[in-house]
Amino acid sequence: MESGLTFNLVPWVVFLPLIGLSINLLFGRKFGESFSGTVASLATGLAFVVSVILAVALANHPEGVTVPLADWITIGSLTVRWAFRVDTLSVVMMLVVSGVGTLIHIYSIGYMHNDVRHNGDEGRYTRFFVFLNLFIAAMMILVSADNFLMMFVGWEGVGLCSYLLIGFWFEKGKNGTGNSEAAKKAFIANRIGDFGLLIAMFLIFVNFGSFEFDAVFSQAAAITADKPGVMLAITLFMLLGVTGKSAQLPLYVWLPDAMAGPTPVSALIHAATMVTAGVYLMTRSAAFYMLVPNAQSVVMWVGAATALFAATIAVAQYDIKKVLAYSTISQLGFMVAAVGMGATVAGMFHLITHAFFKGLLFLAAGSVIQGVERGMHHGDHGTDPQDMRQMGGIRKQMPVTFWVYLIGALALSGIAPLAGFFSKDEILAAAWTSQPGIFIVLALAAFMTAFYMGRQLVMVFFGDARSEAAKGATESKLVVTLPLMILAGLSVLGGLLNLPGLHTLEHWLEHTLGKVEPAHFVWLVAGISLVLALLGLGLGWMIYSRKNEKPFVDPLKKALGPLFTGMENKWWVDELYAAVILNPYKAFAHFMAEPVDLGVIDRIGGGLAAGTRAMAEGLRKLENGYIRTYGLLMLLGLTAILTWLFLH
Amino acid sequence: MIPIAYPLSLAAILFIIGIIGFLLRKNAIVIFMCLELMFNAANLVFITFSNYYQLIDGQVFVVFVMTVAAAEVAVGLALMVAIFRTKHSIDIDQMNSLKG
Amino acid sequence: MTLNLLLFLALAVIAIASAAGLIMSRNTVYSALFLIINFLTVAVFYLVMGAPFIALAQITVYAGAIMVLFLFVIMMLGAEKPNEIERMKWQRPLAIVLSGAILLEGVYALITRVAVNVTTSPATEALSDPKTLGISLYTKYSLPFEITSVILLVAAIGAVILTNKSRKEAGK
Repeated sequence: MESGLTFNLVPWVVFLPLIGLSINLLFGRKFGESFSGTVASLATGLAFVVSVILAVALANHPEGVTVPLADWITIGSLTVRWAFRVDTLSVVMMLVVSGVGTLIHIYSIGYMHNDVRHNGDEGRYTRFFVFLNLFIAAMMILVSADNFLMMFVGWEGVGLCSYLLIGFWFEKGKNGTGNSEAAKKAFIANRIGDFGLLIAMFLIFVNFGSFEFDAVFSQAAAITADKPGVMLAITLFMLLGVTGKSAQLPLYVWLPDAMAGPTPVSALIHAATMVTAGVYLMTRSAAFYMLVPNAQSVVMWVGAATALFAATIAVAQYDIKKVLAYSTISQLGFMVAAVGMGATVAGMFHLITHAFFKGLLFLAAGSVIQGVERGMHHGDHGTDPQDMRQMGGIRKQMPVTFWVYLIGALALSGIAPLAGFFSKDEILAAAWTSQPGIFIVLALAAFMTAFYMGRQLVMVFFGDARSEAAKGATESKLVVTLPLMILAGLSVLGGLLNLPGLHTLEHWLEHTLGKVEPAHFVWLVAGISLVLALLGLGLGWMIYSRKNEKPFVDPLKKALGPLFTGMENKWWVDELYAAVILNPYKAFAHFMAEPVDLGVIDRIGGGLAAGTRAMAEGLRKLENGYIRTYGLLMLLGLTAILTWLFLH
Repeated sequence: MIPIAYPLSLAAILFIIGIIGFLLRKNAIVIFMCLELMFNAANLVFITFSNYYQLIDGQVFVVFVMTVAAAEVAVGLALMVAIFRTKHSIDIDQMNSLKG
Repeated sequence: MTLNLLLFLALAVIAIASAAGLIMSRNTVYSALFLIINFLTVAVFYLVMGAPFIALAQITVYAGAIMVLFLFVIMMLGAEKPNEIERMKWQRPLAIVLSGAILLEGVYALITRVAVNVTTSPATEALSDPKTLGISLYTKYSLPFEITSVILLVAAIGAVILTNKSRKEAGK
């Protein structure tokens, strides 16, 4: 069987990045920047080629296969294999991860060249690519896993890479610890989610007796009929894991802070791939969620609430990357809501197009930031290169970046016929037909999306430069702009994947997800969403293109008053968490450390030591060195033993 | 023929005398002799039971005890000589530096 | 009252008296001589109980060789009358009390476990023949027997080294 051989290539999607990172670890520093960048990009690019080959093979054998590599854990009746699952869903994820990943690797060759110089440590260039390749490998494990346990390895692996890369400039940031604090925050927030996922996995093992997807999902219906409470618990705990990894309410707080990482990291990990792992997990486990309507409605409301909540915060941010970060949270909310409504294909569709245009937006934002940084070298040095209030008019200096940014922004806003329009519309259509409440929330979020993207476009690219740095900004090199152009092309054409009427993606995923109800293209919904998008963009344009005084004051501030202050301060969620959870916990930890540990536990330990010592001091006197005393003690023992023998 | 209780009692008495000498005398050589006395008491018990059970094994053990006693005396007296050379005394109570 | 019993009682008195003399004599040489007497009386018991080889070994090895070695060391060290001041006040009463307890327990065991009418047997050809002993030593007990030879060798070497080493130190 020819395709069987082809499918056996699948472990290479993990091995290739690992080989790449090993080469870079061993020789990267020796051969310099272009070597590291090329090796890393090549490794990811080859992984992409393998994914394409798998996709082609899968087109002929859409039922997919499982490729076992090795036995991993064998304990009693539990056997966990290290096996790769090749089916339409996992291959789609592989294509997105390696495809977008390759472009971002190439972009990073140019971006990091400047970044390591701007931050003053050129030695970290190779390290960056090692981390990136490690991330690709972990992500590939996550999406190609055949069982929950192996998937969890990838799940933790990407979390680790996220931590490492957010803290890439660990000595920078607020007070010199800002970046490492952000990395810690991401890791800990993810751990809370992982706790949920672990509990879900334990429950799955206890009730299903296996971790393998096929074995688990085939029993799902029977178990649901038997123990509905258990299934509800599994799905909700899994949702907790998803809220951690995919930055949903209430655990989303780490993602905005994660922008401390270099911009390619924000694009790759915190927009295009890792944060979608939660959506992937829920799509993979759709068989569970379909059976538990209560969990479904929880999921969709969490998603919808996140979509709207994050969108409101994005409206009032000034940091170019923070706007995109909140936008990412919001869009992830769309996907989660879609999966919650059972529109898994729509969710995956949005995941793919979002990977294109949000990756594009982040990378373009990185280009803008570096353009401004270059401007700083000419003019003033007090400028924050990420602050949109300091920008303006960059369109003229950076035309390529401007055009691709425009395409990304329009795609995100949902302007037809760009990618975002079709995917977002599919979600809205699903909500329209089944959940009117969700539809209203999501439509509102879509409107705000368009509005804040319009605001951002105007603030960054139009009007007059508000700082010397913005005035002196220059266009980036081709190695940076080329991936942008490719991604812009994908953002334009991404909608073709699942055009209404053709439903290519849907038919493709059907082989894995089972028969899903084909999404209807509702003209009314499409019209509403398009009008909302245009309205949002237009409103943004109207408000922000007016002449503005220096220093920049957001025009909405006067209009909305306290509401805007709330949005600007992210609704004080971080402060709320600090007050409700963090500070009490710290106080508790302090209490455990000072009075409990030092006062009680150390005293017990010290008391035991002192008691032993005192006892030894006393017993020492028996050991007086006189042989005759020893003899006497022997006699004492002998007498005692004899007496005991006689008495028994 | 005598009841075996008699030689056994005699052995017990000799053994106790040996113990008392061991515990009360400070002369290392006398302590050594007390040890020999206790060996002797044990040997007496061996022989008595060898006779009672009509088994040769008791005598064999006496041979072994004598051999070991001879070896012990050889080493012990050599030790005594060595100690006397450094301490100029065979007072057992002066050999008390090995203590806690 | 048979002759045997009378002989035994007489010898037992001598044995106990000589043992007491051993531990009570202030002079170490006397102690050694008392011990020789004790060994000799015990050797007679062996003889009576049908172990002539052991009895003769007792006289030659113990009363002869070992005790001569003792006397030799006593002479060599000039330690006939060391000063004996008891430093530990509680040693003596405790030792006597405990010894008394052990003795009582021994008597109790003899009374309760050993009947008075169980007597020793007269010497038999099988048991008193040294040949029997030799066969047993070289067959059933050949391994322990060989080990005792090693012990003797080690003791001989040890004794030489112990005395030799101090001589070397003195020469320095």
